[in-house]
Amino acid sequence: MLLFEYILLIFLIICAVSVSFSKNLLNSVIIFMSYSLIMSVIWILLESPDLAITEAAVGAGVTSLLFFVTLKRIKAMKEEGEQDE
Amino acid sequence: MSKPLSKEEYDKRLFNRVNGWISGEKDPFLDNMPSDHKKEAITEEELKHLYDEEKLEVVEHVQDIDHNKVYKNFFRLYRILAVICCVTLIALLLFTVSHLPPMGESTNPAHNEVVDKYVRDGLSDTGAVNIVSGMILDYRAFDTFGESNVLFIAACTVLILMRNDKKKEKNIASAIAEEEKRYEPKSDSILQKVTFFLFPIIVIFGIYVILNGHISPGGGFSGGAIIGAAFILYSNAYGFEKTEQFFTEKTYKWVSFSALTFYCLAKSYSFYTGAHHLESGIPLGVPGAILSSGLILPLNICVGMVVACTMYGFYALFKKGGL
Repeated sequence: MLLFEYILLIFLIICAVSVSFSKNLLNSVIIFMSYSLIMSVIWILLESPDLAITEAAVGAGVTSLLFFVTLKRIKAMKEEGEQDE
Repeated sequence: MSKPLSKEEYDKRLFNRVNGWISGEKDPFLDNMPSDHKKEAITEEELKHLYDEEKLEVVEHVQDIDHNKVYKNFFRLYRILAVICCVTLIALLLFTVSHLPPMGESTNPAHNEVVDKYVRDGLSDTGAVNIVSGMILDYRAFDTFGESNVLFIAACTVLILMRNDKKKEKNIASAIAEEEKRYEPKSDSILQKVTFFLFPIIVIFGIYVILNGHISPGGGFSGGAIIGAAFILYSNAYGFEKTEQFFTEKTYKWVSFSALTFYCLAKSYSFYTGAHHLESGIPLGVPGAILSSGLILPLNICVGMVVACTMYGFYALFKKGGL
């Protein structure tokens, strides 16, 4: 179990660093989403399931959606839309 | 005896001028200067051209990185300073962390009489099996009241920032709506089928988390966030026309208003009594039953409703600039 925790923590650090180093904004948002997901698993391992539920719903769900909508608003996802057409 | 005034003189008198000003007439002696029409001689295209030329010149002059030494030095300094700031901050934080007491020891300052009291008397005082719910909605209910108000104020701020005023900027709003429609997934059948099955399950799970807030992990905020996420999924799959059938600005207003008012009536006595507790008069019931632990269940429902509406409201405001 300790090993699993260490693996999760290493993943967490990798995610946190690669969010800021990713060139594509869409990719950084998705990496941020996975960061929240790993964090929610760690909350369960730290025996606080309350926070785990909230982190999964708010961090991985709502916040990333708001980021997506904002990216669309500031026309940062234009390339993808052009590819579709 | 007053002699009769001529029509012109009568119009010039103070009373008539004030009267005319109030009723919105134009003063014949003001704003009648022959205006200079030279400015209009430059057409918009020419203006744009001039502007572009000027901009290009400025950009060439300023951003000529190879020759502009100030620019070059500034960016070199900028990078060095950024790295130094980051490293200093990281070192400072790590230094502080190394001085923190180790996790889970009994001599830590966090283990004082407050924790003992909460752990020992929590169940008998609040009747909540989930001690966290008992804490945030009974012992510290006043803090949670502030929290839900913060969420509501955040939603109001987003409303001010992102709103499309439809009366003033009707053209802009419709242009944005049309542009958004171009990028929308046009009635994606996979998404719709998945949503058809998932939406009720997610909503029921959210309601379960809220109603069992005092028994199992969860509570108002988590459950509300889950329900809000379910609404967002639904509006993504079926479009805003469908969600507007059951969720409009009016719904948002009344749900938030009534939930916050109930919470305020139930818990704002702390303004006057301070840390002293007032008995709610509701029996605590059997610990572990749904209908138990006094005011915690209705307060959980209130927080859940505010959070669910706010989460969906954020999404709707970001997406189309209105609820």
